[in-house]
Amino acid sequence: MRATPIERRRSRLVPRSSISLTILMVVLVLYTLVPLAYLVINSTKSQDDFFTSFGLSFGSSFNLFQNIGEVFSYNDGIYSRWFLNTIFYVVVSAGGATILAALAGYGIAKFRFRGRNAVFAVVLGAVAIPGTALALPTFLLFSSIGLVNTPWAIIIPSLVSPFGLYLMWTYATDAVPSEILEAARIDGAGEFRTFFTVSLRLLAPGLVTVLLFSIVTTWNNYFLPLIMLSDPKLYPLTLGLAQWNAQSTGTNADPIQNLIITGSLIAIIPLIAVFLFLQRYWQSGLAAGSVK
Amino acid sequence: MAAVVASVSKTPTRTRRRLGIPIGWGFVTPFLVFFVIAILAPVVYAIYLSLFREQIVGGSGFVGFDNYVRAFTDPEFWAGVGRVIAFMIVQVPIMLAFSLIAALAIDSGRLRAPGFYRILLFLPYAVPGVVAVLIWGFIYGPRFGLVGSINNFLGAQIFTPLTPDWVLASIANISVWEFAGYNMVIFYAALRTVPSELYEAASLDGAGPLRTVMSIKLPALRGALVITTIFSIIGSFQLFNEPNLLKPIAPNAITSNFTPNLYAYTLSFAGQQYNYSATIAIVMGLITAIIAYVVQLRGTRKELA
Amino acid sequence: MKRSMRIAAAALTAALFAVGLAACSPGGGSDTSAAGKPADLDAALSKGGEITYWAWAPAGEAKAKAFEAKYPNVKVNYVNAGSGVDEYTKITNALKAGTGAPDVAQIEYTAMPQFYLAKSLVDLSSYGFGDLKSDFIPGSWGAVADGEKVYGLPEDSGPMAMFYNQRVFDQYGITVPTTWDEFSAAAEKLHAADPNQYLTSDGGDGYFASSMIWQAGGHPYQVDGTKVTIDLQDEGTKKWTGVWNNLVEKKLLSPTPSYTDDWYKQLGNGQIAALISGAWMPSLLESAAPEGAGDWRAAPMPTYDGTAASANFGGSAQGVLSQSKNPALAAAFVKWMNDSPEGVKVLQDSGSFPSTVSDLKAPDFADATSDYFGGQQVNKILLAASETVPDGWQYLPYQTYAQTIFADSVGQAYANNSDLNPGLKKWQETLVSYGNEQGFTVTGK
Repeated sequence: MRATPIERRRSRLVPRSSISLTILMVVLVLYTLVPLAYLVINSTKSQDDFFTSFGLSFGSSFNLFQNIGEVFSYNDGIYSRWFLNTIFYVVVSAGGATILAALAGYGIAKFRFRGRNAVFAVVLGAVAIPGTALALPTFLLFSSIGLVNTPWAIIIPSLVSPFGLYLMWTYATDAVPSEILEAARIDGAGEFRTFFTVSLRLLAPGLVTVLLFSIVTTWNNYFLPLIMLSDPKLYPLTLGLAQWNAQSTGTNADPIQNLIITGSLIAIIPLIAVFLFLQRYWQSGLAAGSVK
Repeated sequence: MAAVVASVSKTPTRTRRRLGIPIGWGFVTPFLVFFVIAILAPVVYAIYLSLFREQIVGGSGFVGFDNYVRAFTDPEFWAGVGRVIAFMIVQVPIMLAFSLIAALAIDSGRLRAPGFYRILLFLPYAVPGVVAVLIWGFIYGPRFGLVGSINNFLGAQIFTPLTPDWVLASIANISVWEFAGYNMVIFYAALRTVPSELYEAASLDGAGPLRTVMSIKLPALRGALVITTIFSIIGSFQLFNEPNLLKPIAPNAITSNFTPNLYAYTLSFAGQQYNYSATIAIVMGLITAIIAYVVQLRGTRKELA
Repeated sequence: MKRSMRIAAAALTAALFAVGLAACSPGGGSDTSAAGKPADLDAALSKGGEITYWAWAPAGEAKAKAFEAKYPNVKVNYVNAGSGVDEYTKITNALKAGTGAPDVAQIEYTAMPQFYLAKSLVDLSSYGFGDLKSDFIPGSWGAVADGEKVYGLPEDSGPMAMFYNQRVFDQYGITVPTTWDEFSAAAEKLHAADPNQYLTSDGGDGYFASSMIWQAGGHPYQVDGTKVTIDLQDEGTKKWTGVWNNLVEKKLLSPTPSYTDDWYKQLGNGQIAALISGAWMPSLLESAAPEGAGDWRAAPMPTYDGTAASANFGGSAQGVLSQSKNPALAAAFVKWMNDSPEGVKVLQDSGSFPSTVSDLKAPDFADATSDYFGGQQVNKILLAASETVPDGWQYLPYQTYAQTIFADSVGQAYANNSDLNPGLKKWQETLVSYGNEQGFTVTGK
C-alpha cells in the first residue's frame, strides 16, 4: 500500500550497493540454506549412499524418484494418509481460526460494547500462557470427555489464535473506515451483512496473514498430536515422520533414513509454495500488525 | 500487553444494540466459546488438578498446596528453569541480532535483489520444527553426519554437538535457524512503515546511513522489538520439540528434566504424576507471564523516555 | 472495571462448568470383573470379530496376517504405535482417556507389573491360561504371572551372551575373553591399538545395567505386593561396577548411544567389536548391521570366577487390555500367537528366541546355523546361557519410569567417565521417593 513512494525514495537516496553488506548477507543466506541443501541432496540418495557418501555431495546413484515412490508405498502407503490428515487439519483449523479471529478482531475494533476491554485483556493475557504447558491439562480434560484420539483433539485447540485476534484488531482499526460502516448503516444493511459484503474485502491482506500463520502453526504442530493421538492413521505428517525416525533406530531398527529425508522434503514443499505465492499479501498484513 | 489494552479504549466506535444485546458480542462470542473450551477450561482444570494427588496404589486425594510446595523446592524443576533461562539469554539476543542486521541490510537499499535475500532467509520458518530437528540431527551425527565428516577430515573428534557441554548450544542453533528469518520479516515490515519524509528530512540534515539507522530506524523498530522479544521468551520457556526429538541420539546430555516442559511431559506420561505435572505447568505459565510482562513494561517505558 | 469483573466471572463459570462435566464423567477403564471360561475362546474364534493389536517386534504384523489366514472371520488391526516406552505412553494415555487402547499389546517383561498392578490387564486365568504354565520356561512365565493370576503369555526371551567380531579380534590379536578381567584387558588392548576401536559400547541403559547386576548375582529390587526394597549397592551391583567402572573411567566404552544410526554403523564396520546382549541381538545385527555379515560370532558371557552365569535382557509378552470389548477373542489371539506351533513358528522365522519349552528343546532349533555368524550354531550358546540365569530376579513395579530417569543420574556418571556407584545411589534415592509418592511402601537399603 505504502510501498510505492518508499521504493521511489530508495533509488534517490542510496544509489550504490555495498560489498560488505552483500558479503554479510551471503553468509547468512548460506547458513540458512545449508540444511535445506542437505535435505535436497540426501533425498536423491539410496539408503546405502546415505551412510557412505559425504553429506553435501551426491551419491553413486540418483535415487530421488525411487525414494518418492517408496515414501508413498511404505507401510501400505501410510504417508499419503498422513499428508491428507495434515491438509484436513490445516484447512479446518486454520480456516476456522482465521474466521473466528477476523470476526472477533473486527468486533473489538469497530464496536463499543460492555466488557469489550475485559475480553481483550483476557484474550491477550492468554498469549503469555505457554501453549505446551496448556497441552497437558487440555489432554486430561479432553480425555475425560472422550475427545482424545479424535481429530477434534487437534482441531479445537488450534481454532483459538489470540495473536490472530490481535493482528485482526490492529488491521481492522485502520483498514475499515468507520464512514463506510456509517454509510452501510444508513442504507439499512445489517452489521453481519456489512461485514461479509464490505468489510471482509477490506480486511483481505490481514486475513491472508492470519491464515498463513495459522496454517504454519497447524502444519507444524507436533506436541499436541503427540499427546492426543495414539492411532497412527490419525497422525499428521510431523508425528508420522517422527515415528519413522523412531522406527529407524531403536531395538527393532528398520533403517529407512532415505524415506525420512525424502518424506521431510515432500512435507515442506507445500508450505514454501504457499508462502512464495502469497508473499505480497502477508508482508503488508504483517506491516500493519507490527507497528503497534 | 498493558499498552495495547490501554490503547483500545481510544478507538472511536459506536454502540448499536439489537434485542438488547450489543452487536459487538455477536462478533466476539464464537471466538470466546472456543477460547473457553481450549484455553480457559484447561487452565482452570490444571488449577483444580494441582490441588490433588493421584497414586498408582491408593487412588486420589486432596492435598492442598503440597504440590506447589514441592515444585518450589524441587531442584530438578529449577535446574530445568535455569537451563531455559540460560538458553534464553544466549539464544534470543543472537537470533534477534541476526534478524535485525538482516532486516536493516535488506531495507538499506544497498543490496542487489533484496527481495531474494528476504525470501531465502525466511524459508526455514516454513519448515516444520520436527523436520528441522530431524535434519539438524542428521547433520550433528558425530561419526556419520556432516559433523562426522568434518571430524574425519580433521582426524579427531573435534566437534561434538551432542555432548552435555554442547547440546544446549546445538539446540539454540536450531532455534536461531528456524526463527531468525521470521523475526527478520517482522522487523522489515515495521521498517517499511517509516514515512519517507523522515528519511528526506534526515538526508537534508546531512545524516549518514549510521545516523539514519540510530535515530530513525531503531526507534521505529521498538514496538516490533518488544513483540518479537516477548514471543522469543515465551518460545524459550516452552522449549520441548527440539530436546525431545534429539534425546534418542543424546540420551545422557538431554536429561528427563532438561527443560521444564520436558520435565512436565516425563512426569505425566512416563511417571503418571499428572497432578504434579499440572502444577509445574501452572508455575511455568506464571513465570513466563511475569517475565513477558516485565519486558513489556520496560519496552514501553523506554518508549516514553 | 466492574463490568470487566463480571465478564471474567462469566467466563470462569463457563470454564468451571466444562471442568465439572469432565470431573463427573468416568476416568480410565478398570473393569476386569467379567470373568470368562476356557470354552469362550473357541466360541469367540468361531463367532469372529475385529480386534486391534499393538506391537513393534518384527513378527508383529506377520503374526496378525497368519492368524487372519487361519481364522478368516477374525480381523486383526495391526498397529505399530512405537516401541517400548512410546507404546506404553500411548496405552497409558488411552487408559486414562477411557478409550483408544488396543485389545492386545506387546509389553516387555520389565513393564508387565506396572500394567497389571494398575489393573490395566485382564487376568486370563479364568480362560484356563494357568494350565499353560508348563509350556513355558520358568524365567519367562514368572514375568507374566502373579501368583495364580496370569496377565499375558510370554513371547520371546532374552538370555544373554557375548557377540563379537572375529575379523577384528583376529586383526588385533585378541582372544575371546571368558572372564571379566580378560574382557577389561582386551578392551584396553584394542583401544590402545586404535583409538577409533572399542571392544564394546555402553552409553548407559537401565535395563542393561539391571541385567549385568543380575548376572553378577545381585537382587537390587525386591517386591512383595506393594512393599518394595531397593538396594543398588548390594553385592552383585558392587561386583558389576567393580568391572564396569574401570571401563567407564578409562573411556574404553564407545560413547555412541545404543540403537542409533551411528551405533549400527559402528557395529557393521567393526569399530565396536563386541556386545553383551540378549538373544534377540543376532537377528537385529543381521538386519541393522548387514555389513558385518560373516564376521560375527557368539560366545558365553564372560564370568567373574569361571562359573558360567548369564541373565535375561529384554523379552516381551502379549497381554489383553482391560478396555477390550472382546476379551475372549483377544485372549484366543494371545494363545494362538504364543502357544500354538503356527504362532511360535512365525516368531522363530523372524529370528526371535522363543519361550516355549517344546520349541527350545527341538533338535533342529539347537542345530540351526547362521551365515551371519559364519555358520555357527548360535542357538546352542543361547540355550546353554538360559540354563545359567540366576533365580529370584524381580523388576520394580515402575521399571519403565526407572528406565526413563536412568540418564539423569547414572547416565551422568557415564557422560563424565566417573564412578558409577554415586550415580546408582542417586538413582535409588529418586526411585524410593517416587515409589512412596505413588503409594508403594519403598525402602532403600
